[in-house]
Amino acid sequence: MMTLINGKRLEINSDETDLNLLDFLRERLDLTGAKNGCGIGVCGACTILVEDEPKRACLMKVQDIIGQKVLTIEGMASPDGSLHPLQQAFVDAGAIQCGFCTPGMVLTAHALLLKNPQPTRGQIREALKGNLCRCTGYQQIVDAVITASKHYI
Amino acid sequence: MANSETPRPAWRNDAYAKVTGKAKYADDIKVLNCLHAVPVYSDYVSARIISIETADAQKQPGVVRVLTHKDVPGNLQYGQIIRDYAIFAHDKIRTSGDVIAVIVAESRQQAMDAIPFVKLVAQELPAVLDAEEALMEGAPLVHESHGSNLANYHCVRTGDVEAGEREAEVILEQEFTTSRIEHAYLEPESALCVLRQDGVMEVCGSMQHPFSTRRFVASTLGKSLADVEVKTVPMGGGFGGKDDTAAIVCARTALAAQLTGRPVRMTYTREWSMRESYKRHPYKISYRMGLKKDGKITFVKVRIVADGGAYCSVTPWVTWRSTVQCCGPYIVPHVHCDVYGVYTNNIYCGAMRGFGSPQVNFAIEQLIEMAAEKLGMDEIELRRRNMVRQGSVTITGQKLDDHTVSLEQVLDTVLKESGYTEKKQRCSHGKPGDEEWYGIGLALSYRGMSLGAEGTDFNSAIINIQPDGSILLETGVHENGQGSESAMILLCAEHLGVSKDRIRYRQPSTSNIPDGGTTVASRGTIMGGGAVVNAARQLKEHMARILAPDLQCSPEDIIFEDETLCKKDKTRILSFSEAISLMYARQEYPYSFGVFQAPRVSWDEHTGQGKAYFTWVYGCQAVELKVNPHTGKITLLNMYAAHDVGKAVNPALLKGQFYGGMAMGAGYGMLEKCDVSDGRVVPTNLHQYKILRATDLPEMTAIIVENPDPASPSGAKGIGEPTNELMAPAIANAVFHATGIRCPDQPVKVSNNGK
Repeated sequence: MMTLINGKRLEINSDETDLNLLDFLRERLDLTGAKNGCGIGVCGACTILVEDEPKRACLMKVQDIIGQKVLTIEGMASPDGSLHPLQQAFVDAGAIQCGFCTPGMVLTAHALLLKNPQPTRGQIREALKGNLCRCTGYQQIVDAVITASKHYI
Repeated sequence: MANSETPRPAWRNDAYAKVTGKAKYADDIKVLNCLHAVPVYSDYVSARIISIETADAQKQPGVVRVLTHKDVPGNLQYGQIIRDYAIFAHDKIRTSGDVIAVIVAESRQQAMDAIPFVKLVAQELPAVLDAEEALMEGAPLVHESHGSNLANYHCVRTGDVEAGEREAEVILEQEFTTSRIEHAYLEPESALCVLRQDGVMEVCGSMQHPFSTRRFVASTLGKSLADVEVKTVPMGGGFGGKDDTAAIVCARTALAAQLTGRPVRMTYTREWSMRESYKRHPYKISYRMGLKKDGKITFVKVRIVADGGAYCSVTPWVTWRSTVQCCGPYIVPHVHCDVYGVYTNNIYCGAMRGFGSPQVNFAIEQLIEMAAEKLGMDEIELRRRNMVRQGSVTITGQKLDDHTVSLEQVLDTVLKESGYTEKKQRCSHGKPGDEEWYGIGLALSYRGMSLGAEGTDFNSAIINIQPDGSILLETGVHENGQGSESAMILLCAEHLGVSKDRIRYRQPSTSNIPDGGTTVASRGTIMGGGAVVNAARQLKEHMARILAPDLQCSPEDIIFEDETLCKKDKTRILSFSEAISLMYARQEYPYSFGVFQAPRVSWDEHTGQGKAYFTWVYGCQAVELKVNPHTGKITLLNMYAAHDVGKAVNPALLKGQFYGGMAMGAGYGMLEKCDVSDGRVVPTNLHQYKILRATDLPEMTAIIVENPDPASPSGAKGIGEPTNELMAPAIANAVFHATGIRCPDQPVKVSNNGK
């Protein structure tokens, strides 16, 4: 059983399929960019992309990603460490404060822009409504997504 | 002057780590051989403990140890002001968040599986769940040893309210209530503790106050402060909420590490965090206010009762700020104010962004508009007739003459930017038949900066320049996510005349730098920044003295700018790196330790008079909204804020504080309420405790006003809390202008008020 995580093939053992996906990512793979904010799929801090769709890792099992392409925040930047334009836009817009929601926000915005590279501010807010942020009031996050959108066209 | 600078990219030193997922928060750090700890609660709200039986839990698979009060070698009781908090409950259960035991196991799951095997034998006691009832004769005492349920009392006695009553031509009486709210930081509490080979307990945790945490840990373990080292890791939000509870989680984890000799991690679920962590105080506020027909306020009488819950925490300090600011930013000649912080068996309350001001602002900024309505006067005009100006005297007798009093400036800025006056004409006032009611509203405040007469207030910074010219900077300020490290770096770069790229903010540790107090009270930039500026000054004086012969001028004629040291007339120049090499060659360390001590403040607890704060900030926020007449649903349309920050250090991140504060204030205004039923916190997780989402919030306008403050070495003041104390009353006022319905109870609900 295989999965593709951040472009790398990963063998899933049969004793791992029933594990909680968020725990698996964080504990076994040390992909700690996905955070546990609520554990019930409400806050969005654990967001990952499965086949380019935002998913809540805290509500999934490892078996849910077998044969699937998974992107976590650790897979967004280039291998040389340079930031993806969307990440750079988050930095430049001041969209980051405590940073706990940031990985989930970036991935959710990435999924939106892959589908709709010219979203309105309202569409961005709609796409991000499942990702809670207590620090920013979302304003500069929306700014960042607008700025980054030109890189998706 | 108002500043609408062209946007430049934001900068923060931790942005790369946070946007790539590399930033390691407390629960992200891996340590070999680590044990996992979980808390055990009881089913009671108020009970006498007979016994806590842990033998069965101890036998469960993977369980290494079960800790109770019997295992605490140091002080069982701790607290920032009153030592009333039992790190482990021992005599009584005083609230449903009390922890009776901690289970330590090889895995987190094993620890959790053992929870039902801890047995508490207890006798239920009557609980007191209402603050007013708690003050009555014969009420059950939450802490018998305290003698009463009154945790603290403050007052203000200014002038003669009887005379004010006689002068008044119009009198208003109104009661307001505010609710308990949850900080809802995205990261629940977490701690990782390792007993080092040198005997030092090393603590990493999701906490916003390393020095406070160190005191809790040292007290619990019976160790000296020097034998506990608290290190800072990125923290997923605090907002005042990661002090006591977060520190207690660290203390229990450290105890587990001490007793097992192995590293221990304790990461809270959201459910535990909601149950155990302290909240913002609910207030009941009763005002009586008198005015002359010309709009001048003659007196204010106010009684405030704050439900502090089962433990004191910082209730005396929170309620003190409410006391000082109980009349809003207005001149009132006669004031009689009584404020009570009360023990009940509810979840305890402590610090939260705003710290006693959101509650009183919610009330006074509505009351002032109710007075305007009663007088038939424009609400802005009434504010102008009473607001503090340059040289005004506050209700506690403090003359505002040593900084720019910019209240009217921020008001005018928001009026202009929002188009308030014109839009006010379009407000619906609950016009029958309309499908949608429109309203605009605003609120004003002044806010005492930093701690004021709450406590000692000083901070330090270390600038340590390395032989290659790179710079290590450290301060006693904590990075709560607000960007304090970035602000410190920018101030250091500006005052040394070097690029920020030279400067690395050293990972702070309580063993490296003196206790700078807690990063609360919007004091990070003003206090830590002040220490950085003073450290830079000392360093420049030192370097100028040593290097004056090289520049062939007197030390006073040396300028530090653009990565150089140069003679005033630019005839001699040393690059910064050359200068540093010369310093080392001369056996002189380019190192400095700077301190900023807050100017003196004063307070007379018996009269409520004194110079409460060494400086003040001024702010105004407005909101446009619409209300659905059928459903009562409030939709926010636009929000505006202008705050005098003294000086903007990092404008993009500063605006982030504006936006985040407005958003959190809006949530307080129209949504948030952490209900407690029979002493138990009702919402268990974020599906029940709702905060505003991206679709609930409108576009926001942030206007930075700068009047550098003479009392602040950097000129900058604080902004974290001022932004979070105004949107709720602005919403209440806008809802009134939309519907004609006054909402004295927070959160504002149109349908509940009826008409």
